Amino acid sequence: MNALVPLPVILPLLGAGLTLMLSRRPGLQRAVSTTVLAVVVVVAAILVYQADQHGPQVIAIGAWQESLGISLVADRLSAVMLLVSAIVTLAVLVYSIGQGMTGDEHETPVTIYHPTFLVLSAGVSNAFLAGDLFNLFVSFEILLFASYVLLTLGGTGARIRAGTIYVVVNVLSSSLFLISLAAVYAATGSLNLAQLAGRLDDLPGSVALLLQLLLLTTFAIKAAVFPLSFWLPDSYPTAPAPVTAVFAGLLTKVGVYAIIRTQTLLFPDSPLTDLLLWAALLTLVVGILGAVAQTEMKRMLSFTLVSHIGYMVFGIALGTMAGYSGAIFYVVHHITIQTALFLVLGLIERQAGSTSLIKLGGLARYAPLLAVLYFVPAMNLAGIPPMSGFLGKVALTEGGLQVGTPLAYTVVAAGMVTSLLTLYAVAKAWNLAFWRTPGQAHEMAQELSDPTGWPGSREVVQHRGHVHVGANTFGARDLDEARSILDEDDDSHQDFHQRIEAGTVPSRLPRTMVGATAALIAFSLALTVAAGPVFDYTGRAARDILDRGIYVSSVLGEGSR
Amino acid sequence: MSTSLSLILAAAAMIGCGVYLILERSLTRVLVGLVMLGNGVNLLFLISSGPAGRAPIVGGGDGAMSDPLPQALVLTAIVISLATTAFILAMAYRSWQLTGGDNVQDDVEDAAIRRLALTDQASDSFDLSRQGDADDDLDVPEEEGRPA
Repeated sequence: MNALVPLPVILPLLGAGLTLMLSRRPGLQRAVSTTVLAVVVVVAAILVYQADQHGPQVIAIGAWQESLGISLVADRLSAVMLLVSAIVTLAVLVYSIGQGMTGDEHETPVTIYHPTFLVLSAGVSNAFLAGDLFNLFVSFEILLFASYVLLTLGGTGARIRAGTIYVVVNVLSSSLFLISLAAVYAATGSLNLAQLAGRLDDLPGSVALLLQLLLLTTFAIKAAVFPLSFWLPDSYPTAPAPVTAVFAGLLTKVGVYAIIRTQTLLFPDSPLTDLLLWAALLTLVVGILGAVAQTEMKRMLSFTLVSHIGYMVFGIALGTMAGYSGAIFYVVHHITIQTALFLVLGLIERQAGSTSLIKLGGLARYAPLLAVLYFVPAMNLAGIPPMSGFLGKVALTEGGLQVGTPLAYTVVAAGMVTSLLTLYAVAKAWNLAFWRTPGQAHEMAQELSDPTGWPGSREVVQHRGHVHVGANTFGARDLDEARSILDEDDDSHQDFHQRIEAGTVPSRLPRTMVGATAALIAFSLALTVAAGPVFDYTGRAARDILDRGIYVSSVLGEGSR
Repeated sequence: MSTSLSLILAAAAMIGCGVYLILERSLTRVLVGLVMLGNGVNLLFLISSGPAGRAPIVGGGDGAMSDPLPQALVLTAIVISLATTAFILAMAYRSWQLTGGDNVQDDVEDAAIRRLALTDQASDSFDLSRQGDADDDLDVPEEEGRPA
């Protein structure tokens, strides 16, 4: 019994109510939500310590008997997910306060931003702590509802278009989740994870396999595992920058967490290694090929997000201690780094008015700090030694080589290729957005706007509906964009060069935004420095989840193992 | 455990109709589909609670009592689907305000690929005379009823 366990859920929910009441006092609203999330970080840190020292921390809500009521459980895995997610949400909240909530107040009702954000945080915490499947479903709904609102903030055309797909896909996956819950309950008469761990073993193999596949499909939609990842790159980029950042960091990882939890606790004897390895392979390769083709940085990062989910699925698919340990480390690394990168994109948008590679150029000279803030997490994402991305990939590779089946070797190779292609994608963005001058960017836009008008230029080649300029390829959408830049009558599509000419570039960025981003990047570097202890911890977490007796006996009491 | 076949058939029919409607382009029809799907799933929970006609769980008793938990789960699911319905309705209305229709629009990537196919002169497999699909998006009512 530990009264701290429910606090990461209760506090943000209370905070949400309070901030809703304070909607006319923005100052107080900010103070309340920042305080609440800071307290959640502290609570989560204490939980990590307690779970590590004294085993899983459990509370039975309402003091109901263990098997009847709802229990919240914080074991090593839950606690570390909780801590990282709390740190990331706090950083994003501070960032969005610096930005003036979402950066587009003229089309966004700001009063609901703070309450919704806190509800999202409560839903994510509840998902990590849930000790039974129905509570997991409810927490998914809590965080999804908050995400529906945040994704369609302001109801602009693009957000409604993206939101429609997002909402329908997620409602569908929730229905699938409910179907699996009904099936699990009909088969076992319980939804408590610890009880299920024992009861599912007694089921006929085919029934258990059906339940496992139902749950896996549900969580694979949430985690954006190929081929169920189609919805993600289309819906994330339209939201305000901080919203995209927190979605990219947390929401897919909640799905990954749910996969880890159900795979280890409920179905340890049937890891479906081959199926998951294939899913990991395809997620890695298809995702990164999508990223390489993008000329919009937000879309590019959304595709790398899908792709790197493949690494975590790879670790889960191996089903070994090394695999789980690597997967947990990679989740921690990826939550931090992906959020940091999206926050940097928000800064770029603020500085240069766009995140399109057609419009950007010369940022390294005009905003050197911004360049550093982009470069470090981008290299970390690609896995350049000695950063945490590299260490996570090494751990997963070692795990794959230990298993040593041909398919595992293939996925390891695909992981290497993905790492290189990630480097290519982020380096392409670096070259175009940061390294060339704004003038060069403008010239390229001119060439693109009329590719046939430059017969003398060896660099511009038109070919089957797209245009090659040097080593870069641009599609029809990019040509339209280039034309809109050069449209004299339309000031809404200016590139960075034109903005500098017009003098509309902000001279400096808000300090809180830069500070929050820098803090998150510093945290990711700290993960690199402290990688030894962190790996020890994830190793212990992996050992815990592989020996499910620890979880079961701490929830149901000794003697029930 | 014996279960009622009629409940299973009803759930299957509702889920089937729901899935069919979700494949439609109009968001309102998708919404009706989601509601039918949700109700079909709720029937599944009733099936999992065992046969009907048992005593409710009040006080003690020796006979078989009905399981109250699935009903509690269904209630939660109903509340959640009510909220979902309200949200999607609001979105459909907003979509109608913005575009004059509530058709689900194309994925950006899909649209780009289709444009690529349309401009791809080198491909013989793509028949330019059959571009019917490309006009689907334009098949929305005129914007006469649109508020200013």
